[in-house]
Amino acid sequence: MAEIPLLEINRLKKHFPIRGGLMGGITAEVRAVDDLSFTIARGETLSLVGESGSGKSTVGRTILGLTAPSAGEIWLDGTRIDQLSRRRMRALRQRMQIIFQDPFSSLDPRFSVRESLAEPLDNFGLARGAARAARIHELLDQVQLPHAAADRRPHEFSGGQRQRIAIARALAPRPDLIICDEAVSALDVSVKAQIINLLADIQRNLGLAMLFISHDLAIVEHLTHRIAVMYLGEIVEIGTREAVFAGPRHPYTEALLSAVPMPDPGARHRRIVLSGDIPSPRNPPPGCRFHTRCPYAFDRCRSEAPKLRGPNHHQAACHLDRLPGSA
Amino acid sequence: MSLSPPSALPAEFIAPDLPELVEPRRKRGRLARFIIRHPTIFAGLVLIGLMLLIALFAPFLGTTDPTALAPARRLRPPSMQYWFGTDMLGRDIYSRVIYGTRVSLIVGFAVAFLAAITGLAIGLVAGFVRWSDAIIMRVMDGLMSIPPILLAIALIALTRGSVQNVVIAITISEIPRVARLIRGVVLGLRELPFIEAAIACGTRTPKLILRHVLPNTLAPLAVQATYICASAMITEAILSFIGAGTPPTIPSWGNIMAEGRALWQIKPSIVFFPAIFLSATVLGVNLLGDGLRDALDPRRALRP
Repeated sequence: MAEIPLLEINRLKKHFPIRGGLMGGITAEVRAVDDLSFTIARGETLSLVGESGSGKSTVGRTILGLTAPSAGEIWLDGTRIDQLSRRRMRALRQRMQIIFQDPFSSLDPRFSVRESLAEPLDNFGLARGAARAARIHELLDQVQLPHAAADRRPHEFSGGQRQRIAIARALAPRPDLIICDEAVSALDVSVKAQIINLLADIQRNLGLAMLFISHDLAIVEHLTHRIAVMYLGEIVEIGTREAVFAGPRHPYTEALLSAVPMPDPGARHRRIVLSGDIPSPRNPPPGCRFHTRCPYAFDRCRSEAPKLRGPNHHQAACHLDRLPGSA
Repeated sequence: MSLSPPSALPAEFIAPDLPELVEPRRKRGRLARFIIRHPTIFAGLVLIGLMLLIALFAPFLGTTDPTALAPARRLRPPSMQYWFGTDMLGRDIYSRVIYGTRVSLIVGFAVAFLAAITGLAIGLVAGFVRWSDAIIMRVMDGLMSIPPILLAIALIALTRGSVQNVVIAITISEIPRVARLIRGVVLGLRELPFIEAAIACGTRTPKLILRHVLPNTLAPLAVQATYICASAMITEAILSFIGAGTPPTIPSWGNIMAEGRALWQIKPSIVFFPAIFLSATVLGVNLLGDGLRDALDPRRALRP
């Protein structure tokens, strides 16, 4: 009997209607997220990787209840949360926090750091007076900012420092799960490394679960336990970091991995360049959604959609058992 | 200031002190710095301040009773005794213009304030309560499709002419503009991550509006309010001019101009003086609005 996972996503769908025509009727749908399932255990980091437009940010926003799912279930620690009333959802928000991509717009420009950090504490009635001040200092310590930063406003900080403030705010209500939506994508390379190390440290020290949404496999490698690769709203491959990096079983993952720069210039490296753009999620291709760009596509791929299959620690949605290119 | 030369280098390798090319910045007072940075705001404030003083101290500015009739002294040209001359009923135009400042300022400020507050509330509701948006905005579109002057005339026709009714009539015709602006700002703000971040960290909707959304709408609202103030003063003058505004017993710039209209060709001074005052006041308010717009625009503002 397995332990209840902290977060369980079960056949989640999010379709955005496109309205048009004279009467404003629904003329089409964008299938941003289509039939997605995964779990995150306590203290585990799952990375959701994919191109822009693959629906990964929508997954994060749907989990937080910032947009309502079209179908499917979201379970947090044994409680179904996708159909809760606003009031009960608000109480649960304490357990899930988010860090956004752009630290320049995710902090209210009129709020000092202290006010930004105090907001979740006040909202959930977690600390007041001296305890609140102490908690704010503790949070600043956790993200390695000086206590003097508390009285400044966001525009006085650099991008990396602002992201530290956003991390501190996310940590404030002591959540069990943090969703990082491209949290380091907008930062410089050197700052990016610092923030990733900080996130990894915090994750380890506090035993947080993390959903790390990113388009960059190179970053994910350093801080994740498991990886889920998304393409056009579906998970095409999911598995432990070791398994996925050692031998990708979906051609899309293989192509993504081949784009990761290698530190060893002598290493034999076959770069797989995908041609064309990601197809429109408004009208996804029949069969396997990847077949329009897949180097190995054959007849069956055009008609029959593959299902995720394989052992629990490494599953892929591909008709091929073994990719032709792998050694 | 010159750097001390490193002792190991011979003298010819050391650059001589450069002359001061840039004059050291002179220290100026805060007021002087404000004027230099925001000349339009300053000019606007001076004009509005002047008009406010005139309105407040109207009885002490050498005025007589602005409604006192003196048919024997009618249509006098400007002189030492009657600075702006007298009208066809012998009333002192200078006194009438000075007292008329009160009506214009009251109407301008009252309309700007009421339209801003009401429009803000309507815009916030339309921007936040999605199902109400279509209903509210169609009503606003309907109001906007009627020219404001016609709408004001119609509303005045339903009631009696008084300063209060003029204010209400102009306010109603100005509200849609504010509501539209605020709705747009709110819809833009809603998409910003810091609003979603606030929702995600448990902020309730009333607090979200009050602490995150409202403060960020104030800058465009203030700018819009100045334009409304200016346009309300003009509308008041127009309404009075066509006899649908302030009752003729109360001197207002529009009334004075309306009464002088028939005599325009022989006594242009009757129309000229109130027109000058109206133009100066509207100019002041518009200068303030333009200055505020530039100063509050984050793309143009100098970093603090």
